[in-house]
Amino acid sequence: MSSFKFDGREIPFVDGQTILQAVQAAGQDIPHLCYHPEFKPHGSCKLCSVRIGERMIASCTTPAAAGMNVESDTPDINDQRRTLLQMLFVEGNHFCPSCEKSGACRLQASAYELQMMSPHYDHFFPDRPVDASHEDFLLDTNRCILCSLCVRASRDVDGKNVFAFSGRGIHTHLIVNARSGRLGDTDFAAADKAAQVCPVGCILRKRVGFAVPIGQRPFDPPPQGE
Amino acid sequence: MDAKAKVRIATTSLAGCFGCHMSFLDIDERLFDLVRLVDFDRSPLTDIKTVGDCDVGLIEGGLCNAENVHVLREFRAHCRILVALGACAINGGLPAQRNHLPLAGVLQEVYQTSPGMAGGMIPNDPELPLPLDKVHPLHEVVHVDYFIPGCPPSADAIWQVLTDLIAGREPVLAQRLIHFD
Repeated sequence: MSSFKFDGREIPFVDGQTILQAVQAAGQDIPHLCYHPEFKPHGSCKLCSVRIGERMIASCTTPAAAGMNVESDTPDINDQRRTLLQMLFVEGNHFCPSCEKSGACRLQASAYELQMMSPHYDHFFPDRPVDASHEDFLLDTNRCILCSLCVRASRDVDGKNVFAFSGRGIHTHLIVNARSGRLGDTDFAAADKAAQVCPVGCILRKRVGFAVPIGQRPFDPPPQGE
Repeated sequence: MDAKAKVRIATTSLAGCFGCHMSFLDIDERLFDLVRLVDFDRSPLTDIKTVGDCDVGLIEGGLCNAENVHVLREFRAHCRILVALGACAINGGLPAQRNHLPLAGVLQEVYQTSPGMAGGMIPNDPELPLPLDKVHPLHEVVHVDYFIPGCPPSADAIWQVLTDLIAGREPVLAQRLIHFD
């Protein structure tokens, strides 16, 4: 089996695997937000960027190749990842204490992992819509990080095409494919894959918020002394 | 340790709820260790109203009015090390939830149009500090040296940073002490 070097360790891979896939198959990980193993990589969040030689590349979209020397967990690369997270935090409205996804949010967990102590930059405090029109789901775009997982899931798995991106650059935003633009006017349903992939608190199931106590949520630290 | 060598600490709550100060008091019996090592300057604990030259300033809450900005600048001018304590100091927190609303509309809703406010008026006493158009975190106005996230930060996190600073170490929070909620 071919292999490449990842932070000094040999990682085996099979043809067609990306760097991130091979690293995960070997039981290691690279910080990521827009990557999900069940979908075609999007390569947009750049959190999974690694260095090969002089180049920074997204490990979720780059095929593994024999003999490559991949650097990931280094202070300078983690500094860049922290900067990306800080930009995501100030671009949206991410107020963890009042968010139902807190403790189960990949953006928050990534910030903990990369020891993001402050947002560093000036906040945009954007004015973004909240759509509560759907019977079972809430769409709070204040927290959208444009990972496109819901877009991909709804289009590629559910075959419904409920979500899309509109606008360009800093004006890119999540929209709902309905004449009214409201989630309640689509056939979006709880059983949809798109209802389960949001890594942040943007697509939220109604009436189950804060059901899991602090300390038992997926990304809470394990209790001390156990 | 003689009194002169004690570390001098000031604390204040700006646009905060005093929850971070309550969490600070949750260091419980460690307060006895702390008072042997530090003197408190301006703080709700001393009721001293003006800040003098200090080693460390702990600030809870963000900036929602002109007085908050004034106090923050005084702290920055007098404190060698400034620490943003808690979610509101770091990103505006709950008070910043008004930031997407026009300020005039917020004041009208609170003082004039909400139920039971018939005949109400928007307070305009000259002694009242003017609200800012938006609520801002501390680092958008002055340089902040260290941040302790959390709503509130745990007593252990506050204790860790304080003891590191008192000992002259770079404060480092263990990952289990970093939380944003």
